[in-house]
Amino acid sequence: MQKGEKLNDSQEIRIGVFICHCGTNIANTIDVKKVAEYASKLPEVTFASDERYVCSEPGQALIRDSIKKHNLNKVVIASCSPRMHEPTFRKTLEAAGLNSSLLEMVNIREQCSWVHMHEPKKATEKAKALVASAIAKAGLLEPLYPLKFKVTPSTLVVGAGIAGIQASLDLANKGFKVYLVERAPSIGGHMAQLDKTFPTLDCSACILTPKMVDVPRHPNINLLSYSEVKSVDGFIGNFKVVITKKARYINEVKCTSCGVCAEKCPVKNIPSEFNLGLGKRAATYVPFPQAVPPTYTIDKENCLWFTKGVCRVCEKVCPANAVDFSQEEQEIQVDVGTIIIATGYDLFDVKQKPEYGYEMYKDVISSLEFERLLSAAGPTGGKLVRPSNGIEPRKIAFIQCVGSRDVQTNPYCSRICCMASIKHAHQVKEKHPDAEVSVFYIDLRAFGKGYEEFYARVQQEGVNFVRGKAAEVYKEPNSDNLTLVFEDTLLGEVQEQEFDMVVLAAGLVPRTTAEPIQKMLKLSLSPDNFFLEAHPKLRPVETQIAGVYLCGCAQGPKDIPDVVAQASAAASQASIPLAKGEVVAEPTIAYVDQDLCCGCKVCESVCVYDAIEVEATDENGKAKVNEALCTCCGSCVAACPARAITLRGFTSEQISAQFEALLKPAQQRD
Amino acid sequence: MTEFEPTIIGFTCNWCTYAGADLAGTSKIQYPTNIRIIRVMCTGRIEPEFILDALRLGADGILIGGCHPGDCHYQEGNYKTELRVRLVKSLLTSLGIEPERVRLEWISASEGQKFAETVQSFVDEIRELGPNPLKKNSELK
Repeated sequence: MQKGEKLNDSQEIRIGVFICHCGTNIANTIDVKKVAEYASKLPEVTFASDERYVCSEPGQALIRDSIKKHNLNKVVIASCSPRMHEPTFRKTLEAAGLNSSLLEMVNIREQCSWVHMHEPKKATEKAKALVASAIAKAGLLEPLYPLKFKVTPSTLVVGAGIAGIQASLDLANKGFKVYLVERAPSIGGHMAQLDKTFPTLDCSACILTPKMVDVPRHPNINLLSYSEVKSVDGFIGNFKVVITKKARYINEVKCTSCGVCAEKCPVKNIPSEFNLGLGKRAATYVPFPQAVPPTYTIDKENCLWFTKGVCRVCEKVCPANAVDFSQEEQEIQVDVGTIIIATGYDLFDVKQKPEYGYEMYKDVISSLEFERLLSAAGPTGGKLVRPSNGIEPRKIAFIQCVGSRDVQTNPYCSRICCMASIKHAHQVKEKHPDAEVSVFYIDLRAFGKGYEEFYARVQQEGVNFVRGKAAEVYKEPNSDNLTLVFEDTLLGEVQEQEFDMVVLAAGLVPRTTAEPIQKMLKLSLSPDNFFLEAHPKLRPVETQIAGVYLCGCAQGPKDIPDVVAQASAAASQASIPLAKGEVVAEPTIAYVDQDLCCGCKVCESVCVYDAIEVEATDENGKAKVNEALCTCCGSCVAACPARAITLRGFTSEQISAQFEALLKPAQQRD
Repeated sequence: MTEFEPTIIGFTCNWCTYAGADLAGTSKIQYPTNIRIIRVMCTGRIEPEFILDALRLGADGILIGGCHPGDCHYQEGNYKTELRVRLVKSLLTSLGIEPERVRLEWISASEGQKFAETVQSFVDEIRELGPNPLKKNSELK
């Protein structure tokens, strides 16, 4: 940072003002010519003009040429939000030989023309005030020089479902180090629980497991399974991450996955998480046969040694001597340049729709439970039976939009449930061609590649698609069957039908376990509580936090092809700073006027980044800013009783000049 | 006599409320023209002096918009603001100026609707309250 550099005090301030029409977006509401004319008469303004599209090449050329022609040394651009085009215009200034910090933008589109569309006169007056305010600030702008930092060439990927796996493999194949953290004992996520994938009917495990196996084998991937992110500090290029590796009580290196420990474990009645409680597991377990890593884990909450202080049978029978009850939780610190969030989703809790009787009737199950019943590796070995009596179902109903498109629960569409139920209907027909299958829907959304064709095929197979939302599921006394009440909206009548099994197509909801990482990184959420991307169209995998990226259902419900595409996109974005090797940090950081500082340490106490410190030399210690740690928040500036601290780009004089200009009565402004 | 048009200064943080105001724009949600926004990176940057000065210079209301508790981009900037705003309000009360002229709201980047509604209700409230009593003096100056 070149300190203390100011525009030469004797140098005359020459401001150029450019008012954008943005086609008709601004000009239809605001009289841009009037605003430009008004600006041209303000003190220190040398040149003012309006332009159809300031961001276009001719618009930028006008700025560059005007800077040279009129010898401008400050630029004010009134157009869209600075969140949109500030980087564009900073480059325009640089191209004309001006320091990029000598720019002030005025937001007359998002915060003026678009929100006052029916009040052109008042909007024009407001635009004039805002432009005057920016000119007042521009007069006080000083050149600033960005700081550059080296980037640690590695990425942290949080979550190892298909999204995290794909992103990790892509980054690792590009040659960057990846730390892949998964909280469960195995990687694989929800995709590992699926039997088949729509519309191609690929066996989910068959296409997923090769990728899962590639992960720990890859020399660039450090897989930290059964682990959680404890804390994250730092900023893009230089994140410091602390990861807690939970104790498995079985040595990962020694364990050969022979399974003798689980076989001999006397506690065998624990509901299997992987099978959603439809099957049982032992207290020593692998979640599913193809788990990666294949290491067994002792579940501390159910193990007799941990609960009652007896047993340790596994320790005695393990041929590899891998059981280690003395194992402790470990803390691992890693340095990374970028972070990818791939924490996935939770299935909507169908108990929140008690009218469908999930808790009352065993034969009412969720779509993911149905998936486990279909799976050859599932609790029934792939035999489709009614949970209540083990008999094959003959009449199955699928209820769509359970916890989706529903004002009582979640208003959004979960995007996968229509196709999942169509796939399930097909699978039932495949196993039992004479079974009756009905799908109760609001709208069927078969939007992806090959989806509509698959839907047509399943219609041909004789599945009934009934347009109408199911209202209730109940059981007649002494009946084995379930009665479904629904409105057939095509016939316009309420009907009842008996089924022996009802599958609830549960929606997707944000992962509750992702909350700590959201708080750690201060990531924004959408109104639906999924993670918010930086821009819905143009920056779909970035977040507002530089160096942090999103992929998979953490960002919103989506199917596997979209997840994989987004994961590769996130990996690509996350590799950009790593490939560049350095990041440029905002130069708008604090500095302390040593003559004014009294060493009171108030600034120290308000800075959460430890970026400002009073040097402990003697009693005349003065505060100093650590430029690498300062994040431009300005808390210390507002707190300093001696007004000794200045935030570059947001100085007290500049902000005061802004509101003073805004508060000048309108008549004085003309 | 023309109807009283309040002038409201908004101080909004870059990450949440400024972005929320942008979203109101992108979504074309209409609200009164009375507000003029000054962008700061964090509401923690807002010096109590700014609020007092703006009132002294005739602002009829000050709207401060920051991130929801727990969501501050800088961890605790919004908490500091809350304390400072409380202090300013009690100071205003003792000076005989309505503390309602200063309002603090948490509005996230996805709450464009809330931003527009907040501006509307604040403008209505200030209209009810009438012009800033200090304005005359500042105009005389």
